[in-house]
Amino acid sequence: MKKILIIGAGTAGTMMAVHLSRKLNRKEWAITILDKDENHYYQPGYLFIPFGIYTKQDVIRKGAKYIPAGVEYLLAQADQIIAEQNRVKLKDGREIAYDILIIATGTNIHPEETQGMVENGWRENIFDIYTADGADALSKKLPDFRGGKIAIHVVEMPIKCPVAPLEIAFMTDWYFTNKGIRKDVAIDFVTPMAGAFSKPATAKVMGHMLKERGINLVTDFGTERVEYGKLVSYDKGTVDYDLLITTPTNMGDALMARSGLGDDLNYVPTDKHTLQAKAKDNIFALGDTTNLPSSKAGSVVHFQSEILTENILSYIQGKELKASFDGHSNCFIESGYGKAFLLDFNYELDPVEGTYPLPFLGPFSLLRETRLNHLGKMSMKFVYWNILLKGIPVPGIASKMGRMGKIIPETASIQ
Amino acid sequence: MATKEIAGKTVNVTEEGYLTDPAQWTREVAQAIAAEEGITLTDAHWKVIDFLKKDFAEAGVLASMRRINKTGGIATKDLYDLFPDGPLKKAARIAGLPKPTSCV
Repeated sequence: MKKILIIGAGTAGTMMAVHLSRKLNRKEWAITILDKDENHYYQPGYLFIPFGIYTKQDVIRKGAKYIPAGVEYLLAQADQIIAEQNRVKLKDGREIAYDILIIATGTNIHPEETQGMVENGWRENIFDIYTADGADALSKKLPDFRGGKIAIHVVEMPIKCPVAPLEIAFMTDWYFTNKGIRKDVAIDFVTPMAGAFSKPATAKVMGHMLKERGINLVTDFGTERVEYGKLVSYDKGTVDYDLLITTPTNMGDALMARSGLGDDLNYVPTDKHTLQAKAKDNIFALGDTTNLPSSKAGSVVHFQSEILTENILSYIQGKELKASFDGHSNCFIESGYGKAFLLDFNYELDPVEGTYPLPFLGPFSLLRETRLNHLGKMSMKFVYWNILLKGIPVPGIASKMGRMGKIIPETASIQ
Repeated sequence: MATKEIAGKTVNVTEEGYLTDPAQWTREVAQAIAAEEGITLTDAHWKVIDFLKKDFAEAGVLASMRRINKTGGIATKDLYDLFPDGPLKKAARIAGLPKPTSCV
């Protein structure tokens, strides 16, 4: 028997286990998936917890339930990948030898990377929404907030779900408007980037939206340290706050540092088209784990898992890895007031206006705020658990980005 | 694609003034671009530029500020002092490297 080992049973690892268990000859191949947490988190749901729309319980399920029959599920932590010997040492002393390794350990927040962030008010007047606990803690803080300055903040790029900080800003505006105390709440959006978003056309739309919502945009803010109630930048700028909702530095799993397989942020250098790790032919990586210039988002993982399955089958047969990931990403941007935006883009084409997934019919509108987009966003929780995670194809949603239905201006950025 | 006269040479540049042909970069060109940015290059500046060029040649992508700090050994604070208002953008332009792409 040969062995495929998947490290990480989040969105990426689980989807790979599902695809491979269907496609591989099970008389020849055994699949093992490893996770250090028995829970599986519906991470897009974190956004809704602070605002009282979801609870923590709504976004957590037991991970084992989503691992297909016949796949070995091990609750254990990997200590080191010894790539040259094709084996993984576990923290409990066991070892697993593999023929093919898939790394799907994701990314995590590291508030300790910013001077003063942990010491000067973490979970007191500083919160994150990138963990179920952080979002839950904020849900207990927000109802008591009677007015003052709120800063929505990003320390450094890249981050998981790059639109999430914008969503937090829009939702915060909506939340306090609903409570009738919006006039007593000042909201700053503080980013290290030159605009509200990384892609210029979208940055313009979002910048306009922030302005319309009375949210002050602070750009090019390189955070040096956090003092109590104050952000300080490297060039001596400051932003005062009563409540900071921050996106701390994101980093890949420390396993990569221990194994010599990561870059400066512990992301795995990976071929951006084939998803093969640069370090060794029999190692592959997908999702938030990689150093790819694509979004760290569930939709990306969904598209990559189809490409990677094809390439692993080719690899097993000794064939060229022909399936090529194009950077396809799509994401809803919840903007409050029962509306949302939708973006669809890839390595080459920035988000543009149009309809998705079908030309003219949509039903979703790209780069425009609609109620239907919001319904799409809210349906994602069901779709995630019952369709996406189970590897059931979604009609009209392809791993390659389509150009039909998009209004592509001649000046659209082709990178 | 535009061309530009700088330090007695004709070089190819993007709209934003980033060199497109690394072979056209010289230390004199770097000094001239720095002057446009209001910067007089010192040894400390050259340490950053040399690191960026060496790292770019090896990695094929422009180093991040974190990488300049962790691998290049140059504190981010110093980087802001040396190249005020957008250190990476300015240092990359002076080093004849591509404009930093913002991450998605």
